[in-house]
Amino acid sequence: MSIDNATVRRIATLARIEVTDAELSTWAGQLNGIMGWIEQLKEVNTDGVAPMSGGTDLKLTLRADQVTDGGIVDQVLMNATEPQDGYFTVPKVVE
Amino acid sequence: MSYIIKGETGDWEVVIGLEVHAQVTSKAKLFSGAPTEFGAEPNTQVSFVDAAMPGMLPVLNEYAVEQAVKTGLGLKAKVNRNSVFARKNYFYADLPFGYQISQFDQPIVGEGTIVLDMPDGTSRAVGVERLHLEQDAGKLVHDMHATKSFVDLNRAGVPLMEIVSKPDMRSPEEAGAYLRKLRAILRYLGTCDGNMEEGSMRCDANVSVRPVGSKELRTRCEIKNVNSVRFVMQAIDHEARRHVEVYEGGGKIDQETRLYDPGQNETRAMRSKEMAHDYRYFPDPDLLPVELTEEFVAQIAKNLPELPDDKKARFEKEYGLTAYDADVLVSEKENALFFEEVAKGRDPKQAANWVITNLFGVLNKKGVGITESPVSAKNLGRLIDLIADNTISGRQAKEAFEAMVETGKDTDAIVAEKGLKQITDTGAIAAAVDQVLAANADKVAQFKAGKEQVLGWFVGQVMKASQGKANPAMCNELLRKKLAQ
Amino acid sequence: MSSELTALTIAEARSRLRRKEFSALELTEAHLSAMERARHLNAYITETADLARERAKDSDKRIAAGEARAMDGIPIGMKDLFCTEGVQTTAASHILEGFTPPYESTVSQKLRDAGTVMLGKLNLDEFAMGSANITSYFGAVKNPWVPKGRNAELVPGGSSGGSAAATSAHLCMAATGTDTGGSIRQPASFCGLVGVKPTYGRCSRWGVVAFASSLDQAGPITRNVRDAAIMLKAMCGHDPKDSTSANLPVPDFEAVLGQGVKGLRIGIPKEYRPDGLNAEVNALWNKGIDWLEKAGATIVDISLPHTKYALPTYYIVAPAEASSNLARYDGVRFGLRVPGKNLDDMYAKTRAAGFGAEVKRRIMIGTYVLSAGYYDAYYVKAQKVRALIVRDFNEAFAKVDAILTPTAPSAAFGINDKIDTITMYLNDVFTVPASLAGIPAASVPAGLTAEGLPLGLQVLTKRWDEETLFRVCQSLEDAAGFKGLAPL
Repeated sequence: MSIDNATVRRIATLARIEVTDAELSTWAGQLNGIMGWIEQLKEVNTDGVAPMSGGTDLKLTLRADQVTDGGIVDQVLMNATEPQDGYFTVPKVVE
Repeated sequence: MSYIIKGETGDWEVVIGLEVHAQVTSKAKLFSGAPTEFGAEPNTQVSFVDAAMPGMLPVLNEYAVEQAVKTGLGLKAKVNRNSVFARKNYFYADLPFGYQISQFDQPIVGEGTIVLDMPDGTSRAVGVERLHLEQDAGKLVHDMHATKSFVDLNRAGVPLMEIVSKPDMRSPEEAGAYLRKLRAILRYLGTCDGNMEEGSMRCDANVSVRPVGSKELRTRCEIKNVNSVRFVMQAIDHEARRHVEVYEGGGKIDQETRLYDPGQNETRAMRSKEMAHDYRYFPDPDLLPVELTEEFVAQIAKNLPELPDDKKARFEKEYGLTAYDADVLVSEKENALFFEEVAKGRDPKQAANWVITNLFGVLNKKGVGITESPVSAKNLGRLIDLIADNTISGRQAKEAFEAMVETGKDTDAIVAEKGLKQITDTGAIAAAVDQVLAANADKVAQFKAGKEQVLGWFVGQVMKASQGKANPAMCNELLRKKLAQ
Repeated sequence: MSSELTALTIAEARSRLRRKEFSALELTEAHLSAMERARHLNAYITETADLARERAKDSDKRIAAGEARAMDGIPIGMKDLFCTEGVQTTAASHILEGFTPPYESTVSQKLRDAGTVMLGKLNLDEFAMGSANITSYFGAVKNPWVPKGRNAELVPGGSSGGSAAATSAHLCMAATGTDTGGSIRQPASFCGLVGVKPTYGRCSRWGVVAFASSLDQAGPITRNVRDAAIMLKAMCGHDPKDSTSANLPVPDFEAVLGQGVKGLRIGIPKEYRPDGLNAEVNALWNKGIDWLEKAGATIVDISLPHTKYALPTYYIVAPAEASSNLARYDGVRFGLRVPGKNLDDMYAKTRAAGFGAEVKRRIMIGTYVLSAGYYDAYYVKAQKVRALIVRDFNEAFAKVDAILTPTAPSAAFGINDKIDTITMYLNDVFTVPASLAGIPAASVPAGLTAEGLPLGLQVLTKRWDEETLFRVCQSLEDAAGFKGLAPL
């Protein structure tokens, strides 16, 4: 396992974080350092162990199908950059 | 009915799998208390959760879980007592969290089957791979600004059931039949209204082709969000032909997502989906696994309504209908209900005939559904009663029916208005018979000489004499009796 | 008078307010002026003086009417990770600068309902990612403790560094913190305070800016154990808006104080004593063991065999969840937006400019470990090891009622010390296992290093057993006789 510049590029694209070409090898070095340290987990025998999910042994609670929310368009939009006519806006998207 | 594309290099068949997104008929969203109604002002049906504001958390709508289980049972599928919500991570302007809460390797419903009844009377089973619950995305509006797209999150978080078929279909017709059948099942169950125009049922079609006889699965393209059964069929046909053309031209098909343009009848690659995806699914740590008790599932199973296949079988058995008639009647829940109301206490075959031949003909012409029928089940039933007790003849019934369609008036009112009572008085009919026989001694002689066909002519004459009001069966009977003398 | 007021504990202030020896407004003013004098610590990102005065006046009215609530008039600081209605909430990140939530987090609402007076929003590591409070966009926080005999500015620990610095410097009577891998306990240890991370599910996470959903848990940072018991009670309870919130009754934590530890079995895990453990930390831990034994507890040697794997496990699970939780910061609906030539460019530029280095690092790690081809090798593997860590604790708690360990491997270090990433991560080596297991854990100040810097001891109990946790903490506190800082 080694994270090369191409992998850094792919990860940064997936994460939508702009990384310049000049930064790629710094990133690769850092990530390799951390992932190399994490490799020690391979020593642990986890055969037959069910992976944990979530942080609790509680049971899921559900909500009733009732309308209790909405109708707060002003509050929903109040922190947005350049909202218009009740909409959020983004650079034009071609589908 | 096989669907084969004749290419220059040989015959090709199409392999189709469908992914249907069916909106659960809930009041509130899958993970928030905002409403799901169609057509509201932008962003008025959005909670802080739907807008993925910092610190907001999802809480699962129990009704959506119930409806998914119900649908699973309706598809004769395995309901998974343990399922998990997972995050499907990707960035897009209609996806506020940066991930869609969906289900991945542990869906709430596993494998099931949908039986298709093809127009030629054959039936075909199509496998259902899975059904899972997930959130809908928001909507982008592109035509309100020159350089910006506008984002409306009203639909964001609306509960959807994604129902994925196996790649079992081999023609656009089968795909159409699958969609119609699935829609019927959903509507019978009441778990989705099946309205494709409003987007509460949408279809993605996965299409590939292969030479006839080959078992390989070639690269497929996914045609996104087609919004009518007809367009799905057209899109598949077009896409399959495109693939054949590309292959025969020596090219290769790229796995990609395409959009169907019904105006041009063509598909084109979606630019927004160009990037290779890596959705990084993992169990949503804000939600715990969904654990269903046996009692919960059993309770839903117990209250499951009769579904199209069962109803069809019952119609054939109980009413003696043909498979075709039964199929037509059960295709929409409301049609079946209407029919059963008409058939109650009457001759079911005659009821089916009236509903299918006469009523559906009229409704099709008017382009309306049974719920807007100008003739109610009660009035149609009454009409059949009047035929059965010889109050009116079949011909009069047709006349009355036309007037009922026209005016929407009650059967009895129309019959009275039009004076459509048929003559069943033996004396009156006998007199007319005598008169006709006396005036046509030559024809009587022909009959007696063995030319039985003239009986029909006599009936016609008697009917004519009675201005069509005489009961034809009685005419027939009396004529035979008198001619035998 | 003013410094006398800020030196009070919550318990003292509570009774003296009710006896009307001073008003809530006076108590608040004393803290507001202390905050002004101590701005060099950089403990607060946002001070809410006007709001505080308003709420103090409301408290005074209720107290006058004999309707005083559990914490009426107590001035507290709020970690700037809790969304507060109408008050900027930043998570110490540029990407949320200027964000004003139109809603109040459940925990801050509960504290408001209990009558507390919020003085302002406290600094932290950006998105609570850090162990030194040096990753905040709004600058590092300084530890009010200074080492004897050398001139150095120390870190308060992190991520709840502002909470710890402010509480220890008397800039609030107590503060909220959040703990994902040690973010309450380690700063409490570095600043000579009590910090409690309750059982995962005790406090609602609704309205708290998420770092790692399966680990994040709110809790109090206070100057003594009783105050922590009072404040935790006000903070926790079932919240139907959080699917992971426990629908269990909230015990009266204060009621168990004074019950002592007689008859309790205290586990001492050998894995927390690695080669090269700091001698002062080791010595203090031994002292703690003695104290509890003298107080009537039975000391039991135990083993938590997967301890050394907790930290690498954490550095898969937490970044994975964070990479997804932080995807919503995209410049569309709130926070920073940097224009781009198209949607993806806008996302990438916004997130590059809005997130600091540590946050980016964790997003990148998290994205990597979840990505195609690596998910099973990293994320699933980590969740399996996590299950083993839970099993270790379950087996231990079959034998003992509580576990005693050091809180952190060292005392506070210098703000300008050059520390590599992994060494920094190792700060949480003793706190992370409890986070992964979701069990309650607390740090209690137990002594000073030769340089006069505080060190804490950590107590762990099984899920939902905060009552035993508080009993052990108080016993340690009584024995340690720890003296906090005098007001500045």
